[in-house]
Amino acid sequence: MKKHVFIIGGGVAGAEAASQLVKMGFDVTLAEKETQIGGKLNQWDRLFPSKRKAAEVLDFINKNLVDSKARVLFNTEISKISKQNGGYKIYAGIEECTADAILISTGYDVFNARIKEEYGYGIYENVITSVDLEEMFRNGNKIFNSNKEEPKRIGFVHCVGSRDEKVGNHYCSQVCCVTAVKQAMEVKEILPRAEVYCFYMDLRMFGLQFEDLYRESQEKWGVNFIRGRVSEAAENIDGTILIKVEDTLAGRPLKMKVDLLVLMVGFVPSAGTTEIGKMLNLDLTPENFLKPADEHLDTSSTNLKGVFIAGTCKSPKTIADTFADARAATLKIKEFLEGSEK
Amino acid sequence: MIIEGKKTVWSQYQKNIAGDHYFYIRSCIRQNLFPGSETAFMRIMQQELGKDIFEDANHTTCTGIGYHTDIVPIETTMTVVARLFALMTERGYENMITSCITSFGVLSEILETWKEFPETEARTRDFLKKATGREFKVPKDMAHASDIIYKFRKEIGEKGIRKLINAKTGEKLRVVEHIGCHYSKMFPQKGVGGAEFPYVLIGMIEDWGGEVVDYPERRHCCGFGFRQYFIKANRGFSIACSKKKFESMKPFKPDFIITNCPGCNYFLDRWQYVISEMEGKTYGEDQNGIPVLTYEEVAGLVLGYDPWDLGMQMHQVGVEPLLDKMGVEFDPAKKFLGKNGNSLGVPEKPNVLNFCC
Amino acid sequence: MNQDWGYGINKDRQIDFDRNDRRLAEYIRKYVPSYKLCISCGACTATCSTANLTDFYNIRRLNIFLMRGEIDEIAKHIDKCMFCGKCELVCPRGVNTRQVILIMKEGIKKIKQNEQL
Repeated sequence: MKKHVFIIGGGVAGAEAASQLVKMGFDVTLAEKETQIGGKLNQWDRLFPSKRKAAEVLDFINKNLVDSKARVLFNTEISKISKQNGGYKIYAGIEECTADAILISTGYDVFNARIKEEYGYGIYENVITSVDLEEMFRNGNKIFNSNKEEPKRIGFVHCVGSRDEKVGNHYCSQVCCVTAVKQAMEVKEILPRAEVYCFYMDLRMFGLQFEDLYRESQEKWGVNFIRGRVSEAAENIDGTILIKVEDTLAGRPLKMKVDLLVLMVGFVPSAGTTEIGKMLNLDLTPENFLKPADEHLDTSSTNLKGVFIAGTCKSPKTIADTFADARAATLKIKEFLEGSEK
Repeated sequence: MIIEGKKTVWSQYQKNIAGDHYFYIRSCIRQNLFPGSETAFMRIMQQELGKDIFEDANHTTCTGIGYHTDIVPIETTMTVVARLFALMTERGYENMITSCITSFGVLSEILETWKEFPETEARTRDFLKKATGREFKVPKDMAHASDIIYKFRKEIGEKGIRKLINAKTGEKLRVVEHIGCHYSKMFPQKGVGGAEFPYVLIGMIEDWGGEVVDYPERRHCCGFGFRQYFIKANRGFSIACSKKKFESMKPFKPDFIITNCPGCNYFLDRWQYVISEMEGKTYGEDQNGIPVLTYEEVAGLVLGYDPWDLGMQMHQVGVEPLLDKMGVEFDPAKKFLGKNGNSLGVPEKPNVLNFCC
Repeated sequence: MNQDWGYGINKDRQIDFDRNDRRLAEYIRKYVPSYKLCISCGACTATCSTANLTDFYNIRRLNIFLMRGEIDEIAKHIDKCMFCGKCELVCPRGVNTRQVILIMKEGIKKIKQNEQL
């Protein structure tokens, strides 16, 4: 009889792992709480570093998943998981399933920018997040401020909810720096005459082509970079945003009016990740992500036998890394299931 | 501005404020600078709201001025504050209210320090016992006087005879609020509305019929900070802070500024005069300044108290244009007469700033 | 007005970005496009003989003040450069730094003489 793998979360990691596991000859059930596959990627327009459409990647995972004929349960949340005969019993929506292994791919949430009260997200109309900007790109590249005018100057604030002890997130979310550079260039494509400023603490361009993007943003698009963390935003009488920042390289405080302020929100463990982690009593990293069994040698297993993790429930990740991580997890699952047969 | 967003923040910073039986600690400087305010507070508490509020003739400074200028060491400050707590305990009270934001900050800081480092509380108890023979209980509830007015703002509004509206046009008065750094910047949870979008004064203005205007430099310090203005050479920094605020609020054309803190009230009022003398600049209409009122004065005007009883003759920025706007009746001839009818003396006329008397 | 207070009103140190004159920055970007690539790494400053021995702002800080429109700051310092060109040798992003200084001088001269930039 085929072994059965139950996957929780149908984002990039979960969907990719599902089709791979079917190829390996396993029975797969994928539970997704939303009505579609792809998770947060559905909110994105284009991806760094090549600016390919996110829809291409979504089509790829959707097609593979459909072709694999893996069983997908939409609108399904997990209410309980218990151990049974060396495997697990999972209460998924109205169903009860048994599984020989579980893969958790419950992903991340974006940081709730309202927590950084000093930036006034949710209060000042012209303060938006990187996700809101991405939505503008998806909706036909129309960028307007609250007065329905094209912004003349746009500011990007890096590290909102990342590297910030005040909100309890001391870690780097990895992808926001390059996302800001990508979005800054996209803004310049749409609004060539707009001035664009990125306010950063450090620029972490770790990927192979990320540095090229950074260079292109300066050379071709004239994106400006000011090294300093924005300390507060306030609203001017005309609805524009006044920001205060130290220009640390000039060694002087600086104030600037922007028509639109974009907050680069970081990664936090998703509500689902936290919930499943608690349900199964999984070990957590100090950042409250799900903790792998070994930081170098086994990043797919957990402290619980037969329970595996993949994707951004473990740590912030790029799309490319998420794919690689999902495939790595499937190999680990195969090794586990075939090993247990002997 | 999305008001719902502000309401969400406000809802996250609500603190428990005792409903009655208060031990009142006065400010060191307010009685000289704005002498009617504390008197008005006692009158509102006792006569309007019927509350039990007690002040002890033996109470002293909290040492805030000395503490913040590095003259009084923290151990002394703690012991002096412990003595204030002892007076409260001896009189059978559990709820302390301070008239001053500095005191509120100093007391909050000490109570938090005692919580984090219990040995400092034990040491203070020992010092106090040795020095005075007194013992004390930590207040069950510690609030700033504006918290109390905030708590009873609806009752005051109902008893009031007028609202914060322009009597001629019927328009809401436009008010700028300033809470003072030590109200909630040190401990956001201890201030109504928190540090970034404090609500304590806004609640009063809204309930009394006015409109609060937010302006970009709202969060900026008034510049009072003891260390700055005590030393003459540092006053240029102090006044530059206030000036930054005036420049930022001017386009919003506020009818008046409401303040929470003795120092802010003092500086936002007096510096307008100094700036006008130094640079010829004024921030109200027709070379008037922007009147700066304490929350007690605003409550007093709402309740129909006489402006000269409220001590508004002590303001450097003339309040008469505001009183006219609100339709408050007052006798200009009595402005500089004391309670006994004798003249208090009439100040010199400024060179630039309008000052009607 | 009364002038003698024993103190004045402190001048704001804040860079007031919206008020500053950023024409010079645009001028330089036009004639030395490579200056856009400066990432403030400081290699130029480390090697600059003038910056090592005088209070010369060095090319890194000049760039920052240029971008912010603090022209007076630049004018105070620019004449200290000796055009040795070491900064250009060490720049990891290939900025034509000597040219930057030359064009800056030219631009400042034009601004002072109220000429069109």
